[in-house]
Amino acid sequence: MSTVFIALQTNEDTRPIVEAIVQDNPSAVVNEQPAMVKIDANDKLVVRRETIEELIGRPYDLQELQINLITMSGNLDQTDDEMVLYWNA
Amino acid sequence: MDMQVAKKKLGLKERYAVMTRGLDWTPSYQKMEDIYPYIAYEGIKIHDWDKWEDPFRLTMDAYWKYQAEKERKLYAIIDAFAQNNGHLNVTDARYLNTVKLFISGISPLEYVAHRGFAHAGRQFPGPGPRVACLMQSLDEIRHAQTQVHAISNYNKYYNGMHDFHHAHDRVWFLSVPKSFFDDAITAGPFEFMVSIGFSFEYVLTNLLFVPFVSGAAYNGDMGTMTFGFSAQSDEARHMTLGLEVIKFILQQDPANVPIVQRWIDKWTWRGYRVLTLVAMMMDYMLPKRTMSWKEAWEVYFEENGGALFKDLARYGIKMPDCAAQIALEKDHLSHQAWSTFYNYAAAANFHTWMPDEDEMAWLSSKYPESYDKYYRPRMEYWREEAAKGNRFYNKTLPMLCQTCQIPMIFTEPGDPTKLCYREVDYKGDKYHFCSDHCKKIFEDEPEKYVQAWLPVHQIYQGNCFPEGTDPTVEGFDPLAAVLKYYNLEFGRDNLDFEVSEDRKNFAEWRGQATKNV
Amino acid sequence: MAVAAVKQYEFASADTVDKFHGAQLLYIGWEDHLMFCAPFAFPFPPSMPFGDIVAGVLPGAFGYHPDFAKIDWSKAEWLKSGKPWQPDAAKSLADNGLKHKDVIRFRTPGLTGIKGSFS
Repeated sequence: MSTVFIALQTNEDTRPIVEAIVQDNPSAVVNEQPAMVKIDANDKLVVRRETIEELIGRPYDLQELQINLITMSGNLDQTDDEMVLYWNA
Repeated sequence: MDMQVAKKKLGLKERYAVMTRGLDWTPSYQKMEDIYPYIAYEGIKIHDWDKWEDPFRLTMDAYWKYQAEKERKLYAIIDAFAQNNGHLNVTDARYLNTVKLFISGISPLEYVAHRGFAHAGRQFPGPGPRVACLMQSLDEIRHAQTQVHAISNYNKYYNGMHDFHHAHDRVWFLSVPKSFFDDAITAGPFEFMVSIGFSFEYVLTNLLFVPFVSGAAYNGDMGTMTFGFSAQSDEARHMTLGLEVIKFILQQDPANVPIVQRWIDKWTWRGYRVLTLVAMMMDYMLPKRTMSWKEAWEVYFEENGGALFKDLARYGIKMPDCAAQIALEKDHLSHQAWSTFYNYAAAANFHTWMPDEDEMAWLSSKYPESYDKYYRPRMEYWREEAAKGNRFYNKTLPMLCQTCQIPMIFTEPGDPTKLCYREVDYKGDKYHFCSDHCKKIFEDEPEKYVQAWLPVHQIYQGNCFPEGTDPTVEGFDPLAAVLKYYNLEFGRDNLDFEVSEDRKNFAEWRGQATKNV
Repeated sequence: MAVAAVKQYEFASADTVDKFHGAQLLYIGWEDHLMFCAPFAFPFPPSMPFGDIVAGVLPGAFGYHPDFAKIDWSKAEWLKSGKPWQPDAAKSLADNGLKHKDVIRFRTPGLTGIKGSFS
């Protein structure tokens, strides 16, 4: 098992995104650090557009995430509907 | 009633295909090898450039849109910071020295990275990596500019930042980051991508930006935090580019694997040596610490890098050998580095100091195996002597490592009581190294590293004095002449924090900000 | 191995002895005293007697350390490129076999730095 993670700036834009990630990833562990929030998960982490849209009540383009992204680890695959971070091993 | 019917948009994958590969063409009247002259000589074999895809699938139009949004956010905060005298909100004036280190050591590298990615991108026949390199090249110049803008607010009030680029090209310790990047941009396009795109951005950048920026936030430095996070939002894309490039090269041909492995080994070590500056920044320079260097190394390299190299094992790539030595150094690196800058405080563009009692207790708790045994005694001695008016200023120039250009301050792996000496004879001259890894890098490409502009040797050759200086006159003071050449003022930009103008001014201005005068 | 390059790649070393105005470089380290963060680099004329280094140069470079005054130079152990070596104080650097960019170290038995911490 390997850890994948994503780190986001702590702000009003990212609050519902973090919430969505926690909903969609049972292994997610949220780590609050000064001005940033780092979310770790086992092997795979999914950010789903639909879950975010339900929480914020408006259409959301996953590329908007770029504005508040700090760092991440793992292989990435992004489509219109989800952004997936994963390790193969 | 008019109904708004949304036009059917292309999906992300289609948009990406149309806006990158779809814009490329096959040349008809020029030969490919004339258009891309640097693509073969490194020995990397690529059979199908279309196999490369940016996993973010970011197209240029979307790039401009999101970068513009980032800039608007950033400059709103930089303005607010300046209008609100934000510089007086930092924890204490010692913190400012991390900003000095950053502007003179790191920001100029952002500019060189801009040039490097523009050059590498131009050389790749594949439109996928070419567009990604173009974006990164633009990101890097944005970083250089926003850092200069944000830090210019500090330059109005504090010393040592006034001529950072001049300093970067001259000051002894700044030859470490400078030569690191010069080494990378003078390599071929594939090695450049592995050195900066993969080894630095993917494997090591978290250790530079995350602790630095989180540290800025924790120490009340809103300006630095904001440009840091704004830059870091681009880094995630850079890391992705770095990882994809590696996977792409490795998948294209098995003959690429040993070449890439050698580059990963070399550049992980080169990058790690540069991060020596970050290690001491985290453990000594932040008045409020976020995490220790050792902890950051464990999270971001050992854990995260471990997962990465496990993932890359299927291509035949393994964890660089140097990881074993780095693990042994993690208890010592920051202490040895801070001791060095304490030694040479008269020749640097920032101030140093000894940790106070509470800070030493923190260091003991974070480094139970090493701090009390090897480093506390010397630091307590220095502190006592400074209190007696006998502050230690080492005025004799140190011996440097030919490869990383850091003074030979590192101890033998596993024995923190002995300095590590390595040497090689090459074409009738001796060359010295701080470690087996720096020695091996030299032995692989000696023609490159014999050219190193080692500041200590350059001073002794007489190349680091202002024009017209006569070093043979009676009473010649080499330190004074070298500082003039650096454009640093003795007693203002250098020496101990305790006696600095910064300390005095900060206390006075903060006093004015909190009470009626 | 050699540098991969598009054409012949050959450049002069930046630090050959001819560039030091008649001096040659000598590096000197003091074992077990890491308060001095690194060995020192000095430009010396090859004709300089070795004894002048010990008497005239080392006090300025290492004298801050409280152990320095306690050194018994007759007991000092010298290393050149990491191997035991015996200098002759009366002879010049050149006659002692010291060449450009040689590195020597000395150990002072019984002295192990601040509170025995090798500092």
